[in-house]
Amino acid sequence: MTSSTTRDPNPGVNRRDFLRIAMSAGGALVLEISIPGCGGGFKSFGMVKRADGGAEFVPNAFIKIGTDDKVSFVLDRVEMGQGTMTSSAQLVAEELEIAPAELGVELAGSSAAYVNNALQIQLTGGSTSVVSSFTPLRTAAAVAREMLRTAASRTWGAPLSECKAENGAIIHVPSGKSLRYGALAKMAAGIEVETPKLKEPKDWKYIGKPVTRRDARMKVDGSALYGIDVVLPNMRTAVILRAPGVGAKLQGFKAQEALKDPGVEAVFEIPNAVAIVAKSYWRARKAAEKVVVTWSATDAGVDSELLGAAYRERVGREAAVIHQIGDEDAATKNAAKKIEAVYELPYLAHATMEPQNATAWVHDGKCDVWAPTQSPSLAAEVVRRVTGLSMGDISVKQTLVGGGFGRRIQQDYVEEAVHVAMRVKYPVKVVWSREDDMKNDGYRPKATSALRGTVDKDGNISSWSHRIATQSIVAQSGAFLAAFAPQATPIVAKMQMGALGGGLAGLAARGGITDPTSIEGAAELPYEIPAFKIELAPIEPLITVGSWRSVGVSHTIFVVECFIDELANAAGQDPLEARRKLMKKGSPGLRVLDLAAEKAGWSTPARAGLFRGIAIAKAFNSWCAEVAEVSVDPVRGLKVERVVAAIDCGTVVNPDIVRMQVESSIAYGLSAAMRQEITFKKGVVEQSNFHDFPPLRIHEMPVVEVHIVDSQEPPTGVGEPGLPPIAPAVANAIFAATGKRIRRLPFSVSAKELLR
Amino acid sequence: MIELTVNGLPRTVDVPPDTPLLWVLREELGLNGTKFGCGIAQCGACTVHVNGEPVRSCVTPVGEVEKKGILTIEGVATDGNLHPLQQAWIDENVPQCGYCQSGQIMSALGLLKRVPRPTDEDIDAVLSGNICRCGTYCRIRKAVHRAAENMSPDASKPPDAPKAKPAAQTERVHPSKQGQP
Repeated sequence: MTSSTTRDPNPGVNRRDFLRIAMSAGGALVLEISIPGCGGGFKSFGMVKRADGGAEFVPNAFIKIGTDDKVSFVLDRVEMGQGTMTSSAQLVAEELEIAPAELGVELAGSSAAYVNNALQIQLTGGSTSVVSSFTPLRTAAAVAREMLRTAASRTWGAPLSECKAENGAIIHVPSGKSLRYGALAKMAAGIEVETPKLKEPKDWKYIGKPVTRRDARMKVDGSALYGIDVVLPNMRTAVILRAPGVGAKLQGFKAQEALKDPGVEAVFEIPNAVAIVAKSYWRARKAAEKVVVTWSATDAGVDSELLGAAYRERVGREAAVIHQIGDEDAATKNAAKKIEAVYELPYLAHATMEPQNATAWVHDGKCDVWAPTQSPSLAAEVVRRVTGLSMGDISVKQTLVGGGFGRRIQQDYVEEAVHVAMRVKYPVKVVWSREDDMKNDGYRPKATSALRGTVDKDGNISSWSHRIATQSIVAQSGAFLAAFAPQATPIVAKMQMGALGGGLAGLAARGGITDPTSIEGAAELPYEIPAFKIELAPIEPLITVGSWRSVGVSHTIFVVECFIDELANAAGQDPLEARRKLMKKGSPGLRVLDLAAEKAGWSTPARAGLFRGIAIAKAFNSWCAEVAEVSVDPVRGLKVERVVAAIDCGTVVNPDIVRMQVESSIAYGLSAAMRQEITFKKGVVEQSNFHDFPPLRIHEMPVVEVHIVDSQEPPTGVGEPGLPPIAPAVANAIFAATGKRIRRLPFSVSAKELLR
Repeated sequence: MIELTVNGLPRTVDVPPDTPLLWVLREELGLNGTKFGCGIAQCGACTVHVNGEPVRSCVTPVGEVEKKGILTIEGVATDGNLHPLQQAWIDENVPQCGYCQSGQIMSALGLLKRVPRPTDEDIDAVLSGNICRCGTYCRIRKAVHRAAENMSPDASKPPDAPKAKPAAQTERVHPSKQGQP
């Protein structure tokens, strides 16, 4: 399966560009292997202390083979729970012929060598990590293996065909003698090899296996280090007092009381905020309570009641037509049934478990940053703009990330930290409170839709017209990206252009639509309906918005999968059968839909009191269908008892990670659908912590069964596709249970009587 | 000066006694395994044991735990050997981002001390105080069961097993008043 965003990552490779070998000062051979199609140039990080106390010279590299036989690879993606560390290790291990558990892992910092070739910048997101690394990482590892095999062959004077790579050593098969990779490193340095053929899937030892997570141990013994855990010599910690709401401007502050604490180092202004720097987070937080800050008024127009009315009004008027086929007027005239509906979805916070934070140190004409960012290169660009330093004097080191979900694509926490660091001489860590985090997010945009649909006299769904009003994400992030990485095009837009398909992408471009994420999942349905129209009314960017796990399909699929259910019901059709009938012949979605339905036992009645709903989404080039089983009890309320999911994500590197990501997506999406929303009153976000933005807890988690379609196609996205179907599947189940349609999320707002 | 015993070792800190134990552990004692998630005992990421009972360290003033035994995630493994609960977490591939897992394990550890073979309801009652944004809940339950089996393989669930006390979500978890079976 190809998309316009996935380039062939392994065209005829010039191996001289591909390989560069260096000897480390400590004697460790470092094979620098660049990924074809990515930026060249290798920036050295100089002397680096190894965890065991040794020091070695580390040029950027993807694979390192120490003369001490320590074999490791550099993870150029971010590990935020989605398993990149493990899946990347499997890809490398497969071709390098070494157990994944034997491979050391290092987190890359910002570098042109690590550009994500699906996104054109160094960024982890859009469910692209396995997609874009699948061939390049394996190729890099295969080349290293061939160099080692050749080195052994020369050492023994034996034919290459007699030398086999196995478990971190080259074995001379006839005699049984062997040499470990570490022993071969020095000689391998001087060898050139042809780009080898990759292993056939039938010979895979690690790919396709549920290998234990590489980061599991460190995450159960307290040793995993996140951005918030960074500690440097002489470091101070700062908290920031930010504008209380949209539009407020800093007018002044009084810090005398705060400065009385000898543990407080300084209090000063940064752009539209006040920084309080102290010896520790707690000292800074206590001192901040004593700082009196004056702000100008917040924007009273940013108010959820006003916004709700404005969005509803907007979808009542015509908007830019993105795509239109067939004759809606004729269908309406001949309709046996007509349905009109307005669907409303709220702003949502990411609420990552680890609050935002970053550590920055400006010193000796350089700036070093440590942050739980999803994009070290975007962060580096922000540092460049704030400090005026050149890229060569900037380094951004990624840490483990305590939850990304798209939040860490924004670099606001880096920007703040650098502003603070520029005013002091020591490293400074800026830590956000949960309240800071909840109120200063790039929210999933609010989206209101108006739909019209018809069923003809034969019971066929005959027309579908959808108008969406929502804020553009790309409008806020896109301009920045276009200036920084013009070859990238707004990354979100580019990814979604691919997902839209060439034809619609062209239409979107001609229609001047800057943000295809606003309509992804709604502009091209998996269903063939003879009359179809999609309109977009972009809303003025009053509120900071961003990519929230699954981005545009996080709201469009709820609308699509609920409204198709409404039409199916009007046509007297079973929700599964209606979808099957409408899906394009030969669509991979049919297989996924049928698998979910079969495993859920859709065709057999559920036990008394249990009701089912179904939904399907194509997202990030994968298909995911979910059947939700809910019980509704007048005393206990709504309980989602079980979710049966089927996913087609092409070739699977680690089936357990795929299952984890679907479980995770379901939990994340269900939290939002049940009772999460971000509301504004007079410009101020009303929510502040987990008590008023309540996530799902363990006793509310349904049983989740994940069934993976067996596929030989190239890998497609895994981190996000499981999210869009859950809310509509549950809403459709609620309809089956109660006869009531949920057209507004979260459920807690629209169906109070159904919930505790 | 406040004298503490942390993971079996005597430690002394010089902070105001109302400083939350969480920040003392993280910033005075260099023990970063205990995490900050909310600051108001809503999320459980800060869970440690004080005299064997789980508490939310973000709302526990350090002055209140002077001379009491404090156990953090760093002290759960002994001599580099993982506790069966930690091993079960790995075997079930529980952690994703991992940020909440220290707190989850500390809460689960507290449960297993009181209820060696808990039911799903027992697990849910105690761990409902620990939020996971990555949704690892199904695997957490499996891991607790796995660990319980490994720790007491011959014990069957007693018919009148004491019900685990639910974690209060807006107040510190106080030492349980229920006796052992």
